Amino acid sequence: MDVSVDFAGLKLKNPILTASGTFGFGLEFKRYGDLESLGGIVVKGLSLKPREGNPMPRIAETPCGMLNAIGIQNPGVEEFINKKLPKLPWKTLPVLANLYATDAEEFGELAGVLAGEEGVAALEVNVSCPNVKEGGIAFGQDPKQITKVAEAVKKNAGNKPVIIKLSPNVTDITVCAKAAEDGGADALSLINTLSGMAVDIERRTPRLANVIGGLSGPAVKPVALRCVYQAVNAVKIPVMGLGGISSAEDVAEFLLVGATAVQIGTANFISPDTAFKIAEELPKVLERVKAESIDEFIGSLKV
Amino acid sequence: MSANNCRAVKVISNKPLGLSSPGEEIVELKLEYPDWKPGWRAGQFVMIRPVSWPLDLIWGRPFSICNADETGLTILFQVVGRGTARLLELKEGDEVNIWGPLGNFFSKPQNRPVLMLAGGMGLAPFCGYVDTHPQPENLKLFFAHRPPLENYPYKGLAGKVDVEDIRETKPEDIPAIIARVEELVKEYADNDGLIVACGPHPFLKTIWNAANKYGADAELSLENRMACGVGACLGCVCKDGDDHHTQVCTTGPIFKANNLSLED
Ligand SMILES: Cc1cc2nc3c(=O)[nH]c(=O)nc-3n(C[C@H](O)[C@H](O)[C@H](O)COP(=O)(O)OP(=O)(O)OC[C@H]3O[C@@H](n4cnc5c(N)ncnc54)[C@H](O)[C@@H]3O)c2cc1C
Ligand SMILES: Cc1cc2nc3c(=O)[nH]c(=O)nc-3n(C[C@H](O)[C@H](O)[C@H](O)COP(=O)(O)O)c2cc1C
Ligand code: FES
Repeated sequence: MDVSVDFAGLKLKNPILTASGTFGFGLEFKRYGDLESLGGIVVKGLSLKPREGNPMPRIAETPCGMLNAIGIQNPGVEEFINKKLPKLPWKTLPVLANLYATDAEEFGELAGVLAGEEGVAALEVNVSCPNVKEGGIAFGQDPKQITKVAEAVKKNAGNKPVIIKLSPNVTDITVCAKAAEDGGADALSLINTLSGMAVDIERRTPRLANVIGGLSGPAVKPVALRCVYQAVNAVKIPVMGLGGISSAEDVAEFLLVGATAVQIGTANFISPDTAFKIAEELPKVLERVKAESIDEFIGSLKV
Repeated sequence: MSANNCRAVKVISNKPLGLSSPGEEIVELKLEYPDWKPGWRAGQFVMIRPVSWPLDLIWGRPFSICNADETGLTILFQVVGRGTARLLELKEGDEVNIWGPLGNFFSKPQNRPVLMLAGGMGLAPFCGYVDTHPQPENLKLFFAHRPPLENYPYKGLAGKVDVEDIRETKPEDIPAIIARVEELVKEYADNDGLIVACGPHPFLKTIWNAANKYGADAELSLENRMACGVGACLGCVCKDGDDHHTQVCTTGPIFKANNLSLED
């Protein structure tokens, strides 16, 4: 079955992308599969200047999930453009940049730096990182700020699609989804991690140096699915679904509730070939559930 | 399709060594050789995740390659938590996903004395190091351990290289271990030797301090918590000599003492 999709103008050979922060800069996974067999990759969050991130320990394993407080460690946007991007097969593999900044102006500036980069297919804007003191989650929880960021990025993004990545840590996801759409976003992606915590009872300490971190992995899938379902029904722009996807069946669930594409995140750590296997499996699963075509299947949930 | 260096291999054997008591097992796990090309180097590690693990354990677990050849890949592990407790349950014929060989490896200098400093499970990489070193006569092993010697694959090493061991049975034993480590580090620094070390964090910190004090050429293998093992998650970082965070799984696990910061 042909599983290619059009996502906000991006032609994807399949709807399987990899999530920011869980696939490095893509190159780390070349030994484990054919990058070009994926619909696309979203690289680690980029900021204008390099960031060291948070102190260790930064990760903890939790039942069916993990907590992370990496704090957007990254080499900065220039290093990405000069050193990482040229090594990726971006002519045949859509490479999406993930943007992190602390205010709308800085987001706009970052978008401006990436706008002229031929190798970058789209900009995904992280207004929802729970692991940084500045900006971060407060942003993603304030609809006015979301609109402002979307406007600032859109203004400087040239002809690149702008995807706003939303936080699930809000009372009403539809308000944030509409706020992004109002700001001119071309698409949405959701969810980012859920705010969480883990404690070591022997040492009587938090398991993360940052105390609080972001929960991801299979444990968050029901929350993610619900958020995607609500967002799809609240806006006209396309939605990329992610959160806890670890199989082609999980992908089918997200497509059914209306996601046009999905991202594989924490499941890349179950084994480094997970995303490749899911991309290979998806057509078989869609055939098994008797989908006529992927376009027919997307959003065909009977409620 | 590019090569997929992640594959399922079968368990050949899985047995606690020596007189390991329940809950404190030191286990030798032998797996089918994953047919690595061009091969592996001592000090590298693998990520292991049994196929049978449900999703309540997400990550694979990193283990040093103890030894590997066409007859199999040997791992030595200690039961310390949820994952290793379940590894202990593996039976012959069970399938295990492994990806590797990962990370960098210890140097094998020619015509230079080499001191191997091993703390507890830090012994694992030195089994392969000794077997693949072209001049074992230049090697000395100093081994600090808590469980009895029979619980480790130590005898084989004792037959091949100069060995010395010290057992810690109570906290009061620690100062003697530190003093001996310092002495040895100084001796090898003075004789232009190489020090290769692996073990728990406090053990490595002692070596790191001594190496910097005496200007020793020392390579330290770190054992940070890992999620991906391939450099993608940034969960395993340490601080390099310039105080920048760097991935232990890909820049390491082995770092030169003078290019590493173990300050808390
Ligand atoms: C490169 C590398 C090589 C390694 N080689 C070996 C080896 O040859 N043999 C061996 O027995 N172990 C080795 N380890 C350590 C091993 O990976 C951990 O013991 C194992 O992951 C623990 O898993 P668990 O699920 O049982 O522990 P968990 O349930 O996750 O944790 C149990 C307890 O162990 C502590 N812990 C867990 N992982 C680590 C770690 N990496 N370092 C320090 N403390 C930890 C936790 O803080 C907790 O207190 C190596 C680690 C690395 C990074
Ligand atoms: C280790 C780690 C690092 C992450 N870094 C980023 C990041 O830099 N930017 C971002 O937008 N999301 C980041 N995320 C969030 C993921 O992209 C994704 O939204 C989240 O993990 C939920 O999906 P999952 O359950 O499939 O992992 C990170 C997640 C993890 C686990
Ligand atoms: S374990 Fe993921 S970067 Fe090292």
